[in-house]
Amino acid sequence: MKNFAHLFSAIDQSTKTTVKTAALAAYFKTAPEPDRIWTIALFSGRRPKRAVTTTRLREWAAEEAGIPLWLFEESYPIVGDLAETIALVLPETETSGDESLSDWIIGLRALAKLEEPQRKAYVLDAWQRLGGTERFVFNKLITGGFRVGISQKLMTRALAQATGKPEAELAHRLMGDWQPDEVTWNGLIEADDPAADASRPYPFYLAYALEGSPNALGDPTDWRAEWKWDGIRGQLILREGAYFVWSRGEELMTDRFPELARAMDFLPMGTVLDGELLVWQRDEDLPASFNALQKRIGRKTVPKKLLTDAPVVLHAYDLLEWQGEDLRDKPFAERRHLLEKACANLPAEAPVKLSPQLDFATWEALTGQRAEARAAHAEGIMLKRADSPYRVGRKKGDWWKWKLDPLTIDAVMIYAQAGHGRRANLFTDFTFAVWNGNDLVPFTKAYSGLTDAEFREITAWVRKNTQQRFGPVRQVTPHHVFEIAFEGIQSSPRHKSGVALRFPRMSRWRQDKPLQEANTLDDLKEMLRLYG
Amino acid sequence: MTHQPVLSFTERGIYCGAGDFYIDPWRPVDRALITHGHADHARPGHGRYLATHTALPIMKHRLGNIDVQGTAYGEVTQIGDALVSFHPAGHVPGSAQIKVAVDGEVWVASGDYKIEDDGLSEAFEPQQCHHFITESTFGLPIFRWKPQKQVADELNTWWRTCAEAGKTAFLGAYSLGKAQRLLRMLEGEIGPILTHGAIEGSNKVMRQQGIELPDTALLTKDTDPKQHRRALVLAPPSALGSTWAKRFGPAESAFASGWMQLRGIRRRRAGDRGFVISDHADWPGLLSTIKETGAENIYVTHGYTDIFARYLGENGWNAKVVPTEFGSDDDEAETAAAS
Repeated sequence: MKNFAHLFSAIDQSTKTTVKTAALAAYFKTAPEPDRIWTIALFSGRRPKRAVTTTRLREWAAEEAGIPLWLFEESYPIVGDLAETIALVLPETETSGDESLSDWIIGLRALAKLEEPQRKAYVLDAWQRLGGTERFVFNKLITGGFRVGISQKLMTRALAQATGKPEAELAHRLMGDWQPDEVTWNGLIEADDPAADASRPYPFYLAYALEGSPNALGDPTDWRAEWKWDGIRGQLILREGAYFVWSRGEELMTDRFPELARAMDFLPMGTVLDGELLVWQRDEDLPASFNALQKRIGRKTVPKKLLTDAPVVLHAYDLLEWQGEDLRDKPFAERRHLLEKACANLPAEAPVKLSPQLDFATWEALTGQRAEARAAHAEGIMLKRADSPYRVGRKKGDWWKWKLDPLTIDAVMIYAQAGHGRRANLFTDFTFAVWNGNDLVPFTKAYSGLTDAEFREITAWVRKNTQQRFGPVRQVTPHHVFEIAFEGIQSSPRHKSGVALRFPRMSRWRQDKPLQEANTLDDLKEMLRLYG
Repeated sequence: MTHQPVLSFTERGIYCGAGDFYIDPWRPVDRALITHGHADHARPGHGRYLATHTALPIMKHRLGNIDVQGTAYGEVTQIGDALVSFHPAGHVPGSAQIKVAVDGEVWVASGDYKIEDDGLSEAFEPQQCHHFITESTFGLPIFRWKPQKQVADELNTWWRTCAEAGKTAFLGAYSLGKAQRLLRMLEGEIGPILTHGAIEGSNKVMRQQGIELPDTALLTKDTDPKQHRRALVLAPPSALGSTWAKRFGPAESAFASGWMQLRGIRRRRAGDRGFVISDHADWPGLLSTIKETGAENIYVTHGYTDIFARYLGENGWNAKVVPTEFGSDDDEAETAAAS
C-alpha cells in the first residue's frame, strides 16, 4: 500500500488541483492494474462494504492505545475524523506492510464472513504493522468516505492525462454499475467504445447573478424571460437509440432518472435539450419542493415506489442539437422557436415539458412578475438575450439569473458543534431557535455564511459559554441572535417546530439585536402559510 | 493559624501569600516572577520583575524600560517567607519552572514546557514537588511528537525539493523561540535564509546575548527575489500569502506547529505543508513529567484542561482545573483563537 499512501500524501499536501491531478496521473501510469482500478473505484464512491462497525473500531483502538474509551471519544471531535483519530492514538510504528492496496481491500472484504475475534485479530495486526499514512489510509478503507479533495471530475481529468483519452469519454466509461473486481483496465478504460461518442454532452452555459435592477440591460425587447427553477440543471441527449442525462457538474446521471427513457417515444434521435430536472406534481401542475428531488439525487438505483411518488420531468429551456445538428451558434430566439416546435405536441405523460416564457413589455412589468415567482414554485427569473449564442462556461453578459431575495428570520443560537475535516476544532455547526412564549423552540441548523474570523470569534464565545455537553454538542447560553436566510419553507412533522427550511444559512450576525427581539414560532408559521 | 496554600489562584494570577508575589500575572501587580518572555506570560505594567538571566534581554526588548532583576537557574532567593528558585522548562531560551517552598511544602509552577532538548533552550529538568501546576496545550493522546532530528530531515528535504524546482520555500513560524529553533534545524548549504522583520528582531536580541544562530538576511520591500534563488523565507504565519510574498514568483508554503498533527487544521492553516514541531510537551511528555515530580496535587491551567484533569483524576492524582489567562502566544494560538 506504500504507493497508494504516497499518492495520498502527495494529494493531501497540496492545495493546487494541477499538482493533485499530476500526482494521480503519474499513479495511473505506474501502479499495478488492480490497484489502479480500485483507486478509481474509491475516488468514485465505490468503497468496499464496511466490514467492522465504527463502535468496535473505537473500542479496539482505545484498548490498543491503553486509554479509556471516553478519552478516545473526547479526542475524536477535536480531530474531526475517525480514521485519523485511530491512527493518532495507536502506538507509533515505523514498519510498513508489503501488501498492495487491492490485497488490503480483498482482505477487508473477506472479513464479512469471519467471526468477530478473527476480524479483530486482522485489524489489530494491520494496525501494528502499518505506520503513518498507511495506517490512516487503511482506516479510511474500513470507515469509508474517501473524501480527500479528489472529485470524480478531477480523477477523470487525471485518467485523461494518463491515457490520452478525452475526459467526456472516460466519464461515460466510469458510469454505471461496474464492480472493481470484475473489470479489467483494458475493458474499463482502453478498449474501443462506440457508445462514448453518442453520449458526449455539450459544455453548459452558466448565468451570472443579476445584482440590482435589470434597467441596465437596456431595451427589454432584446431579452427573453423564463422562470428560474429550483431543481437540477440537466442535459438530455437522445442519440443512436439511447438516452443520456448529464448534470451541470458533467456527471452522467442516466441511471438515476429511468423515467426520462420515455423521452425517446416522443422526440427524435439527434436531439439535445438543456433544462431543469424537477419532481413534478401533475395534479397541481407545479414542481414539488427541492426536498422531493433530493430523495432522487442520492439514489443510484431508484425503487418503483419512489418513481411513482416523485416522478421527474425535464423542463426544457434550450435546444442545443436538433436532427443531429449543433445549434449552439444560432441566436437564442431561433433555438427557442425550434424548441417550441419540438415540444409542441408532447402529451401530458411525456417526461419532458417546455419551460414557459414570461411575456413582458417593460422592466417594471417583469419586476411585478418576479414578485410572483414563489407562487409558481420558482426561485426567480432567468433573463436571456434573444440574439445570443449558447456559450461555454460562465460568461457575463447574455444570461442573467435574477433571484428572489431570500426569506429571513432572526433566530437565537442554542447549540453548537465543531465541524469536521478542515473545520475541525472550530465551532461551525449551530442550531437555532425562535421564541414560543418563554421557550426557545429549535427549528433549523446552519453551517455557513460567516467569515473565518467570525467563526473564530463565535468559537471562543462557545467555549466560555457552554452550559451542558451532549457528546460533541454543546448547549450554550442563549445570547446571540443571527439572521437566518433561506430559500423556502415547508411543513415537516419530523421537526419539533413543524417546519423545514430550504438552504438555511447565517446571513448576518445580529450583534445589535437583543435576545428578546428574535422572531417567534408564530412568525415562522405565518411564513409557512404565505410561502409554504 | 489557618493553613494558607503556598500558591493560590486569584483574579490577577498565581499568588504566593508568604512572599507577596505573583507568577506570570495578567493584571498589573507590584512584584511579578516571570517564567518566560512570551506575551501571555510576561505582560507589561508590573512594578518589579524577576526572571532568569537568559530571559531578560527578550523581555526588555518586548516590554521596554522595566524594573527587572535576573536570577541564575537553580539559585535560591528568599522572598518574604518563601524560598524561590528557577529551573529550566525547555520551552524557549530562558524559560523556567518556578519552584516555591514554604515551611518544607514545595510547589512548582511550570509555565510552558517541553521535554525534548531542542539544542537551543536550556534542557528541561523535572522538579520534585508536592503541588505541580501544569499546562495542557496538547493534553490529549492524539498528540505525540517525533524526534526533532526526524522533523529536521523532513523540513530540509522539503526545502531542497523546493529549491531544485525553482520555488521559494515560505515557512511560517512564531517569531520568538520556534523561529530560532527552526533556524538551527535548517541546513544552510541548501540556500539562503531570509527572515521577516518580526523574527529578525528576536534573532538580533538572541545573537547579542550569545546564542548562535545561522546567517539570515532581513527581508524588506527592496529585497530582490532574483538575488536570493533557492531561498527559504521564515515569517510569522500571518505574513504568509501577503502581497510581498507574491513577488517571489513560484513558491510553496508550510507552517511549523504542534497543531500540524491534525489534518483538518493543517489543511485550514498550512498552505502546502505542515511540519509537526512544538515547544510544548506532548501527551507522553506531560504524563511522564507529572510522574517524575512525585506531586499528588496537579493544577491544570490551559489547553484541554477538563479532559486532561479528568484523566489524571481517574489515575490517582488529585487534579483540578484552574482558569488562567495564559494561551495566546506561539503554539497556543490555535486554542487562543478559540479560547
